[in-house]
Formats: sequence, structure tokens, C-alpha cells
Amino acid sequence: MLSGNLVFAVSLGYVILLFLVAFWGDKKARTGSSALFQSPLIYTLSISVYCTSWTFYGAVGSAVRSGLEFATIYIGPTIVFIGFWYLLRKLVRIGRVHRITSIADLLSSRYGKGESLAVLVTLIAVIGTTPYIALQLKAVTNSFQVISGTVVSDLAHPVFGDPDYTTAFWIAFGMAIFTIVFGTRNIDANERHHGVVAAIALEALVKLFALLAVGLFVVFSLADGPGEVFSWAPPDFLKTEDVFGPRWVSLTFLAATAVICLPRQFQVTVVENSDERHLFTASWMFPLYLMLISLFVLPIAIAGLKFLPETANPDMFVLTLPMAMNQHTLALIAFLGGFSSATSMVIVACIALSTMVSNHIVMPLALRLPWIEMKASGDIRKLLLFSRRASICLVLLLGFIYFRLSAKSDALASIGLIAFLGVAQFLPSLIGGLYWRQASAKGAFAGLAAGFMLWLYTLFFPSFEGQFVMPLSVIENGPWGITFLQPQALFGLTDMDPLVHALFWSLSINTFLFVIVSVIFDPKPLERLQGALFVDVFRTPADNESRFIRRYAASSDLFVLAQRILGTNTAYRLFSDFAKKQGVSGHLPRADDEFIGHLERELAGSVGAATARAMISQVVKGETISLDELMKIVDETQQVIDYSRQLEVKSHQLQQTARQLRDANERLKQLDLQKDDFLSQVSHELRTPMTSIRSFAQILLETPDMTVEETQRFTGIILEESMRLTRLLDEILDLARLEGEQVPWVLQRVDPEETLERAVETCHGLASQAATEIRFGDRVGDIEVKAEADRLRQVYLNLITNAIKYNTSDTPVITIRTTLEDDRYCVYIQDNGEGIRADDRERIFKKFSRGWRESKDSRSGTGLGLAISWQIMQRLQGDLELLPQIPGDGACFRVTLPFDSIKTSKAAE
Amino acid sequence: MTTRVLVAEDEPNIVESLSFILNRSGCDVTSVTDGEAALTSIRANRPNVVILDVMLPKMNGFEVLKAVRSDASVKDIPIIILTAKGQSQDRRMAEEIGANAFVTKPFSNQHIIETVQKLTSPSGELT
Repeated sequence: MLSGNLVFAVSLGYVILLFLVAFWGDKKARTGSSALFQSPLIYTLSISVYCTSWTFYGAVGSAVRSGLEFATIYIGPTIVFIGFWYLLRKLVRIGRVHRITSIADLLSSRYGKGESLAVLVTLIAVIGTTPYIALQLKAVTNSFQVISGTVVSDLAHPVFGDPDYTTAFWIAFGMAIFTIVFGTRNIDANERHHGVVAAIALEALVKLFALLAVGLFVVFSLADGPGEVFSWAPPDFLKTEDVFGPRWVSLTFLAATAVICLPRQFQVTVVENSDERHLFTASWMFPLYLMLISLFVLPIAIAGLKFLPETANPDMFVLTLPMAMNQHTLALIAFLGGFSSATSMVIVACIALSTMVSNHIVMPLALRLPWIEMKASGDIRKLLLFSRRASICLVLLLGFIYFRLSAKSDALASIGLIAFLGVAQFLPSLIGGLYWRQASAKGAFAGLAAGFMLWLYTLFFPSFEGQFVMPLSVIENGPWGITFLQPQALFGLTDMDPLVHALFWSLSINTFLFVIVSVIFDPKPLERLQGALFVDVFRTPADNESRFIRRYAASSDLFVLAQRILGTNTAYRLFSDFAKKQGVSGHLPRADDEFIGHLERELAGSVGAATARAMISQVVKGETISLDELMKIVDETQQVIDYSRQLEVKSHQLQQTARQLRDANERLKQLDLQKDDFLSQVSHELRTPMTSIRSFAQILLETPDMTVEETQRFTGIILEESMRLTRLLDEILDLARLEGEQVPWVLQRVDPEETLERAVETCHGLASQAATEIRFGDRVGDIEVKAEADRLRQVYLNLITNAIKYNTSDTPVITIRTTLEDDRYCVYIQDNGEGIRADDRERIFKKFSRGWRESKDSRSGTGLGLAISWQIMQRLQGDLELLPQIPGDGACFRVTLPFDSIKTSKAAE
Repeated sequence: MTTRVLVAEDEPNIVESLSFILNRSGCDVTSVTDGEAALTSIRANRPNVVILDVMLPKMNGFEVLKAVRSDASVKDIPIIILTAKGQSQDRRMAEEIGANAFVTKPFSNQHIIETVQKLTSPSGELT
């Protein structure tokens, strides 16, 4: 036990230190030497305001109760900072360009600067955050009582009895003072609070140091290293079956959402950001911080279970464990860590909430009151500062009252997650607002309102377990006993974890209404404009607005308005700077659209977009938003997108064309090769007969003493080779004509059977010379096909003479049969020779591809016959194929032609 | 001593003309019509000179030439490559593989006879 006085003195000393740091930070910032405070390190540390006392003390408790579930609270933000930093970057950019003061201001500004949306967001934020602040008060009070032993003398029975409300009150009071002093120095809520941020960063270090110190003590002093600590773990510790279950995933999602949507996180991440590049550092450093701070959660939980009595509250292990081991200094450090966690959260949350309350609730109301109406003598600044300070006190008072009312119940235990889900309702409108132009204010309002109601009904009220608003009977049986409307089993969705259940209903209905209402009700012009500016924030300059909103005002009126909010000096500087920029003499600039837009943004930095717009509207004479021009700007952006899309298409087309050209070129090359090949083959084929002719002619000429027989024989050879040469040339020309002709043949009705018979008759002479028998197999009866009789006969002749000439059988036989197969007329011409060798089959229809086999009359073959026949059959829309070789059979060719079945049936009648 | 010439050629008319002119110039001519028969005959009869057509069935002239040049027992036999293609790469290939002479179709009878005589003269080389 430490004496209460000592603890009090140390706490007071620590608070004084915080004041000094904040004061020093503010002073440094004012004198311009604020490099340290604008460093990415300080920025990252300030983001760790995420880790409140709920995390500091509660993580250990959560680990004891639910195993690894505590990790979700760290995993969610890690995913956001590592995986979605571009989303954060967009938020930060929008925050700077549009001088956003809070998340309520962001949503209101995005959806047409309306007040009602801002009020709703503020309301949700206050209702969600107040219990959270109460939780911090409770944590600090409890820890104070525990460490100073004012209530608990026996650790085994940590019954707190009545909490020390006096302590809680003074703590709340102290924080209010701190927040007012350092949080409302300047009314420009968009300006950075360097002093506060410095103090928060220091606190971030203290809480990290405290947890690491306790953790190291447990692992290396109580135990002999991590191995021993984990060997103490009870068998059912770390029940891991829930990992990646619905609740686990929901918690991770909620934590991820919270790190974007919680008002205090928005404050430190977006509003206090001084340099977009700091996000790059934060994107790895913040996850690292989270990893370090969660490092010893499990060892502390395990050690607490081993060394502390069973009844000890696991939520206080971080503090009670060092105390039980008589490590008073360590306990004091742990206390300060928890104190830091709580105070930093409360301070930042208060700044964020007070900005929202004063800008979106107090100021709009005040502006409507007759006695504060815009008169030259009124000073809005004082009102604004007062309302902000009052809001801070109000928020803290609400927190205290909440604490006072609920401290004895367990309602506070899960308030962290309840608050997470409350602010998670902002997510659909926020994401939609950043990426979806069609998103409208009506949609955002409908989604938010429904999500908020469902959150209240399914989670917030039931968490009081019948002690607040919602009676126990309603929670258990539904309103009026209608179980269908049971808050934790809505519409018959039973057996779900209450949190997962609430998450499902509130966020799905929220998103659904947001999308549907946005689609049904088109955004108004100003919403459309703001939508374009937000969605395309990386493309369009902020002053685009002035390009299509026509407003007129007297410069002097504007100056009066500005000096009331910004103060005379600031307003004077702003006006004369702009006048200089416009090239106007004097200190009053021309009140053109551009200037009014600029002024409105400056004012928005202090009072929020909605109020700034309302104020400006009171001064400007006429305000017209030209829909035409609005559309023009939207179109322009659209055009850029269309143009880049067209470019994409074009480049795709170009690629295709290039590919086609390449293919065509390949084909040409191939053709060229084939042509060379053909010429070389033609040359070879022509040279062969010419060789004989030349040689024998020379012999006849140069041999005087030749016999008559020899002379006759050699002359015969010359004649024969000359004829072969002629035939060859004829066939080459024929083939060239077949290949080159573009005009399709005019086909006539032909009786193919008759044509076949005439071809066979023609071959009789050759057949009998070669002692070859030609047999007919099955025949088709009367039939007509479309063909050209002479060409068809040429094909038959070629096939039959081939079959005669190249048949190597001792008793050569050719069998010809015809059939109808499907819609085709088929002629099979088969010999009984040795067939065609496998490696010749492939090229049999190519030019000059005479098979190298023993022929009875090799001199008569030109090697072009089959190539010509094949070409003819293609031109006749038929085909010529060599059928697969059947061992023992000779070669079998099939000629096919399409035939008209109607004609055939007629013929068959 | 009579010069023994092997003619490997699948065109019967060309074989006939070659046989006629070589016989008349005092050579003893044997002929074959495919590459395998040419190789067998070269190994069996060791002719004094071979006139080898390129486009032969079963084994083409270059393959025969290669086989002859890598067979120690017959590798010194002079070989005249006869071709109807006559492109320069054929000539280069023939020289690379080791042909002693290269004659394109249609040929001059006189040129054939001279080539055979030069290859079988005591100097043994084409000058």
C-alpha cells in the first residue's frame, strides 16, 4: 500500500509536468520553433490516444476472460494504418483543403453544409463518448483507490463499496481546466493544438513505458523468461476456438472503424495533422506502438492468475500485481500509465466533442437568437470561446454524472465496444462521401438516423440491464411481449452474440438506407458540388466552388463579420493580403466569388462549414448556384475521367493493331518462305527433264557412230521428257490459277456418279497396261450435286491414276465405292498397295510431294496432282482427305461434296 | 586400268545418258537408284569415283556423302555431287561435307567426263 498523500503528490506532480509540457509546446509553436512538435514521431504518439485506460487495464482483463479476443483491438487499427492508409491520406487532404474541424463538420460539409446532419453526428458522438469518458474516470478513481488503499485493505476482497466520487470529481475538474487552457487558446478549431499534442505524446510514452516495465518485471523478475510464464498458464487459458469466429471478426472490424470514426481519433489523425507525409511514418510506427503495448498482455494476465487470489479483479492486474509483489515504485509507474491513458483520452475527446457541440449546436442556436443577431457591436469570438469552454465542462460533467449513476453496475465494463459501434455508424456516410458522388445528404441522414436508433435499441439501452430507459422485461421478452422485436434477437435473429447482432442490424440497415435513399433522392447542387470536391480532392483545387457560385456582398459587411469571428487583427491581415493579391489598393478586397469562398473556408476553420455558410449567407446579397455551371464543373471532371478511359481504350486498340500487324507480317514471311520453297522446287522439277534433254541432245550431236536403234531411242527420250516438261508447266499454271483465282466458281448440277464412271473409263487403258483391276463397291443411286463436271473429273482421274501408278501389289486392285453420310456425298478410292508411309502422309497434299516410293512409271509424276485436286475440292466446297492407314490395306482417299437432300429425295422417287 | 564409276541417280533417263557418255570415254559404269544402295555399293565395290545425286530416296546424297567420309575404309573415294537445285548453300554444304566436285543439272557431257578424269588422274585432285 502506498500512502494516499504520496500518490496524490506524485499525480499532482505529473499533472504539473503535463501543464508545463503543454505550455512549453504552445510557446515553441508560437515562436515558430515547433519542428519537434511537427515531427512524424509526435504525430504518431498522439494517434496512440487510441489506447485508453480501457486498453491499458482492460486488455489484461479481456485476455483473462476471453483469451485472444483482446488482440482484435490492436489488429483492427493495424489493418487500417497498413492497408488503408490511402483512405486516411484522403481524409487528411480533405481535412486540410476544406479546413475541417471535426468528423461532424466533415460529414456536414460533404453533404451540402447542412446543419441537421452535423447535429445528428454530434449527438451520436456525445452519446457514444460520454460513457467512455465515464469509464476513464472510473478507471482513474479505481486505480487511485487501489494504489492508495483507501478502500481496499485486503486484495482478496476488492469490493470497492462506494467509489470515491470526490476523487473522480476533482480528476474531472482538473482535466476540464487543462482542456480549457490548452484546448481553447484559439478559436480556430482547425488550428493545431501544439501544447495538447505535446502533452498527449508524453503521456503516450509514459503508458507504453509503464506497461513494458510491468511486463518486463513479470517475465524476467517473477519468471525466468517468457517460456516459464507461459508454462504457468491454466489449461483452459487462451480458448482459441473463437478466433476468426463472427465475434472475433466483428471486433476487429469495429476496432478498425473506431480508429477512423472516433471523434478523438479524427481529431488527432486529421485535424491535428500538420503534414500529410507524417501519415507515411504513422502507417508503420503506430502499428509498431500497438504491437509493443500489447506485447506483455498475456504474460501479465497469466502471472496475475498465478500470484493473485481468485477473486482479484483481472482488470486491475497491471496495478495489483506489482503491489502484491511489494514493488511500490513499479506500481506507481503503472498507476501513472493508467492515469496517462485515461487523461489523454478525456482531453482529446473533450476538445473534439466541444468543437462539435459549440459549432454545430450552440452556435447555430445562438445565431438564431434575436439578441445575438449580427450587429456591429456583437463579438462572436467571445461567444464562441465561451460556448466551447462550456461544452468542455458540459461533456465532462455528463461523463461524471454518468459515472456517478452507473459506477456500481457493470454497465461500464463493455462501454468501450458499445462506443465503437456507436461511432461506426459514421462509416457508410464517410466512405460513401469520399468515393461516391451520388451519395446525398438525405441518404446520409436516413442511414445515420436508422443506424443510431438501432444501436440505441439493440446495444446501448440493453447494456444497462434494465436500469436505464429500457426495462428488463423489454430486454428479455421484447416490447409489449413481442419477442419478434426483442432488442437482442431482432426480427427472430436469435442465438447471436449481442454485439455481433447489433453490429449486423445497425450497420446493414444504415448502409442499405444510405445507398437506397441516395439513389432515389438526387443530391442537391451544393451537395453534388461538395461531393465532386471531396471525391476528386486529389484532382480539383478547393476554390473551384467560387467558379460557379455567384455571390455578391459589400466588402465592409464581410469585414465586420470576419473580425467578429477571427478578431480584428487576423481579419485585417486576411483582407489586406487578399486585396494585395487582387491588386486592389486599400485593405478591402473586391468581394467577388473567389474572395467570399476563401473567407467562408477561413471561417469554417473556426465555426465549421455549416455555421460559416449560414453566417456568410446573412451578409451576402444574393446567392445563386448556377446549375448549368455546376454541371459544367462536374462534367469537366467527368471528361477527364472519360478522356483517360478513352486513352486506355485507344492504347488497347493500338496494342491489338500492333499484334495484328505482327501476325500479318509473320504470315507474309511464312508466305515468302513458301514462295521461295515453291520456286526452288519448280526449278528442281524443271531441271530434271531438261537434264535428260540436254544430255541426249548433246550425245546425238557429238556421237557420229551411233546405231539407228540408239538414235531412235534417245530421240524418244528427248520427246518423252519434253512432254513431261510441258505437262509440268501446264500443271504449275493450273495450280497457280486455282490458288490465285478470287472469283468463286459457278457451280452447276452435276451427276457425280456419271462423272466418276467416265473418269474410270478414261483410265481403262492405263489400268490394263498395269494389269490393274478397277472394282466398284456400293454405289449411291441417282444423285445431283453442285459442282463443275470437268474439275470433278480431273480429281477422279488424278486419284485413280495415282492408285494405278503407285500400286506395288502383285495383283493390283482399285476399289471405288460411294455413300451418303449426313449431308455429304462421299467417294472412296482405295488401292491394295503398301499404303503411304507415315512421314509422307502429312505432306501428301503439298506441292511436289511425290512420295519416294517405287513407281512403275516415276517419270510421269509431277508431284502436283494431289495438290491440284485438293485445291479443286476446296473450290467445290467439298474436301479431299487421305483416310487413316489401316494396316494391310492400301491407301484410301475420300472425296466429299455437299449435296442438296431435297433434290436427292426427288431423284429417288 | 579401267575407271569404275558408280552413278547414284533415281531418274532412269539421266542414268542412261550418264552411262552412255561414261562408257564411251572408257569407264565401267554401275548404277543404283537410292541412297542406301549407293552406300552398300560403295562399300562393297570401292568404285574409283562416285557420281551422287542429292535428291535420292531413302538416304539423300548428303547423307551418303557424310557416311562415306566417316567410314575409314572408303573415305578417300572421290565423290561428285550432282544436283538440280544448284543453290549456293547446297554447294557450300557439299564442300563442307567433303565432296570433291559439284555439278548442277542440266550438265554438259564434256564437263562430266573431264571432272571424272581429273578426279581419277594420278595427282588425284581437281586442279
